[in-house]
Amino acid sequence: MTTRYTRDHEWVRQDGEHATVGITPHAAEQLGDVVFVELPAAGASFSKGQEMAVVESVKAASDVYAPVSGSVVEANAGIVDDPASVNADPAGSAWFVKLKLTNPAELDALMDDAAYAAYLETL
Amino acid sequence: MRYLPLSNADRAAMLATIGAQRIDDLFADVPADALNATIDLPPHRGEQEVERILGAMAAKNRTAASGPFFVGAGAYKHHVPATVDHIIQRSEFLTSYTPYQPEIAQGTLQYLFEFQTQVAALFGMEVANASMYDGSTACAEAALMARRITKRGRVLLSGGLHPHYAAVTRMNSELVGDTVTPMPLDPAGEEDIAAAIDDATSCVIVQSPDAFGNLRDLRPIAAAAHAKGALLIAVVTEVISLGAVMSPGEMGADIAVGEGQSIGNGLNFGGPYVGLFATRERFMRQMPGRLCGMTQDADGKRGFVLTLSTREQHIRRDKATSNICTNSGLCALAFTAHMTLMGEAGLRRLAAINHQRAIEAADALAAIPGVKVLTRSFFNEFTLRLPQAAEPIVERLAARGVLAGVPGSRLWIETPEADDLLIVAATECVTGEDIERFCSVLTSALEDLR
Repeated sequence: MTTRYTRDHEWVRQDGEHATVGITPHAAEQLGDVVFVELPAAGASFSKGQEMAVVESVKAASDVYAPVSGSVVEANAGIVDDPASVNADPAGSAWFVKLKLTNPAELDALMDDAAYAAYLETL
Repeated sequence: MRYLPLSNADRAAMLATIGAQRIDDLFADVPADALNATIDLPPHRGEQEVERILGAMAAKNRTAASGPFFVGAGAYKHHVPATVDHIIQRSEFLTSYTPYQPEIAQGTLQYLFEFQTQVAALFGMEVANASMYDGSTACAEAALMARRITKRGRVLLSGGLHPHYAAVTRMNSELVGDTVTPMPLDPAGEEDIAAAIDDATSCVIVQSPDAFGNLRDLRPIAAAAHAKGALLIAVVTEVISLGAVMSPGEMGADIAVGEGQSIGNGLNFGGPYVGLFATRERFMRQMPGRLCGMTQDADGKRGFVLTLSTREQHIRRDKATSNICTNSGLCALAFTAHMTLMGEAGLRRLAAINHQRAIEAADALAAIPGVKVLTRSFFNEFTLRLPQAAEPIVERLAARGVLAGVPGSRLWIETPEADDLLIVAATECVTGEDIERFCSVLTSALEDLR
């Protein structure tokens, strides 16, 4: 499974026709202590770039955009109950949603590990 | 020394720079018929003379204190203790704007926190904000909040909702594309609004005591709304009533809004007033307005701090829950000061006196031939049906020094069934003599006009 990244600091990990989406450790660190997460309901569908979730820290509220098009198969209730987990394990257990992909080819346009690391260097 | 900052040459240079001939060119978009070129003002006078002229004009007003006063319909004359005025005139309070730095001005934040605590307790809700502009804008914001929560677009208005609240809510909701469905005029408080709630309804807005004075049991309406996935918004325009009746929260409302003018604030020619807004904790993040919380600082000392500001416009910009990022600070302070002076026991006594005066007034008025009291269950306000149109009678009574109430035609414009209605409020400021005087001039006015 490869992980891809957006310029808005979402990560997306493909598993066949499904993909898991979260925010990157860089995003979580920049936000500071996350206090609230709002996730879409299962069944909701999004096209690439649409606002999909909201993550709120003590200093900012930010939108999370759909990195690729798809419909929500599952939203992670764990991070709604424990928003601090987004700071603790953003790339792992604190995933936001699992999507059923409508256009898997969109993943090819996103950054891989090396490209994202290089992108962070430019910020 | 020259006091005018710009010379004619300066102005000409500025106009030339932007390509205008005259200053009037800058106002070319103002319709010609909206310009009043001939304002007919007399030449200037000396200060004493101006005071005399304006004093004579002001003396033509009939004020709430100038005689028997039974006017209500959303703005109520209550006694405001002198202490309230003394507290709000302290310059630390009087001159400060709503805070933006989260923890600066602990005194202001503390009274806002106390205000919120009082409002939440009065409404029987878990959380209240630091106030809105007035009751009607609080009502409109509640409808928009219900839209955000339910993701539905139909607002159902009770026929007993104050028509000004209905108008403000309708304008705001229709601007975002929602449908607003008003129920028919309901002077007797008998509408079956529960039956009108459907699967597309975001919220049902019911006032109690309603615009005619009827006390409404909100519990069956709350149950019907929740069965359809809609929210119940309860409106209270006379907040003193909450010292006597079951709170909106206890009756199952999801959002409770109201006008706080009755506590601590004078009539003020209709404003500034103070909007009250409270809801359930689970809806807190969808709430509009400023919110102050209590916390501990690094040394463990109690402190107050603005909280959940990320919902607000100065941080969240176009995604904010509302474009309200201020509050009615001074009016909220007056509310808090008066409420603190009264306490729960004082509020209950005040409410009981209001109710008693209203019963006395209603009983006395009902004894006048041709006058019918329509309101069966009321707090301090009720509706009369007169044997003829109410407005000319109100004018006639005003000429005899009695301000009798609000005629239905004043609130429900071009609504013939409201023409013979007179809405009468009796607060603790009304005396037995006032009621006698009201009855005697009304009796003679009805005889004269027969």
